[in-house]
Amino acid sequence: MREVAILGVAMTKFGNSEKTNIEMFAEAGLGAIKNSNIEAKDLEALFFGNCLGTFEEGQMHMAPFAHSVLGMPISSPATRFEGACATATVAIRHASLLVGAGVYDMVIAGGAERTTAMGTPLATRTFAMGCHAQYESPLGITFPGVFGMAAHMYAKKYNIPLKELKRNMAEVAVKNHFHGAQNPKAHFKKEITVEKVLSGAMIADPLQLLDCCPFSDGSAAVIIASADKAKQLVDKPIYIAGTGQASAGPLYLQEDLTRVKAREVSIKKAYKEAGIGPKDVDLCELHDCFTIAEIMALESMGFYEFGKGYDAAAKGETRLGGKMVVNPSGGLKSKGHPIGATGAAQVTEIVEQLRGESGSRQVEGAKIGLVDTLGGDFGTVCNIILRS
Amino acid sequence: MNEECTFEDYQKSMAENKILGVLCADCNAITAPPQAVCRKCSSPNLSPKEIGKNATLKTFTVIRVAPDGMNPPYIVALAETDDGPWVMGNLIGVDPDKTDVELIGKKVSMSSAQGKGDLYSLGDIYSLTFSLQ
Repeated sequence: MREVAILGVAMTKFGNSEKTNIEMFAEAGLGAIKNSNIEAKDLEALFFGNCLGTFEEGQMHMAPFAHSVLGMPISSPATRFEGACATATVAIRHASLLVGAGVYDMVIAGGAERTTAMGTPLATRTFAMGCHAQYESPLGITFPGVFGMAAHMYAKKYNIPLKELKRNMAEVAVKNHFHGAQNPKAHFKKEITVEKVLSGAMIADPLQLLDCCPFSDGSAAVIIASADKAKQLVDKPIYIAGTGQASAGPLYLQEDLTRVKAREVSIKKAYKEAGIGPKDVDLCELHDCFTIAEIMALESMGFYEFGKGYDAAAKGETRLGGKMVVNPSGGLKSKGHPIGATGAAQVTEIVEQLRGESGSRQVEGAKIGLVDTLGGDFGTVCNIILRS
Repeated sequence: MNEECTFEDYQKSMAENKILGVLCADCNAITAPPQAVCRKCSSPNLSPKEIGKNATLKTFTVIRVAPDGMNPPYIVALAETDDGPWVMGNLIGVDPDKTDVELIGKKVSMSSAQGKGDLYSLGDIYSLTFSLQ
């Protein structure tokens, strides 16, 4: 495999959009093309992420339309990827693999999602379609419910009083909103307090409203090329040092919900490919769809021992200025979570951080950044390690 | 051996309040609900096997914001059956507002109940219920 790099990145503001999925993707895609000093005709393929366009806009088969609005040539194929919340990360990984293998020299990858068009009841129903449709969804399980079950199991397994765990979970939300308040692209640009988290409406016990990420609209895109080509086109190419992806079955087969097995396998592969370990990582954008999810991810990726990561945010260790900054973008929690675009936005944040372009959110001297995205009820995990 | 055991077979068994799984001829593990290969060793050498109704509650949540068509609050839980497989079900007979972590580890009995399907599901579907012993 030859070396692969990211040229330009771009994303829309996340939140409630008046634009269609395709229009949002046009904004992100054309931005990434411009930032890469290339033209659409230079792109040999589109790896496009979208999950629920059928329900959002009555639109299946969105990839060729996304391709068309960028002005890409008919000879460059467009393919849709779906890996639930990990959709765009999976699209970017496959783009990277095909460029690395020499099939393409330069491609675009990313995604778009307009979840708010569905309204909360239909959005909750369609998100639950990511659980097993015969053996899980009929029980009325939701994604907050999945992570609520994980939180209860975490408290029991590590013998942490639920009240103490919840206070520490709230600290994760407070930290990510502190970061997101400084991100002009974030869905929620506002700081919150532990008291506010703990007084929110209960969504799925023990998760309250502000333990949960929002339904968001948005799009993000990245241009990926062979390292040789990237060096000719941009001043600071960011290299894809390693990737990993793993798949696991329905939640009931996974048993211990405090350990996401697919993540443990995926991250191991990514570390090995990059020739690094968790101690070498300077910053991380990880899958904080719920506050407990960030705690679980910190442990699975080797930043903390199992059962010891729950108070990382409370201690300030994962906050800007801390020893390992986690979700400087605000994460899914504050920046927002348009599921088909999320992974590309995580990559966008890490690329900008490694280039020193993140303003008040800049992690000084960052050289290696990690992307972690989880899809479904622990069925898909994809990791990407980037270096400057 | 290699007797196919489908979702429809599982539904028919649940309608008679029986819980269908499959027994692996190679490693003896039981997989439930049924699937094409053993959950432990991936062997396809499986035969239908009704599983026992005793299980231990491993975790739970109370759903308060529900998908379209559901009536919250209700409890979703995972339990480890005495026969081995973990299964997902609704804990019934417990007030959702009087739950706490101490539910974890309690013994439950399993049964089945039919839920109303919606536009997107395969019709009305029988699912597992758990009751505290």
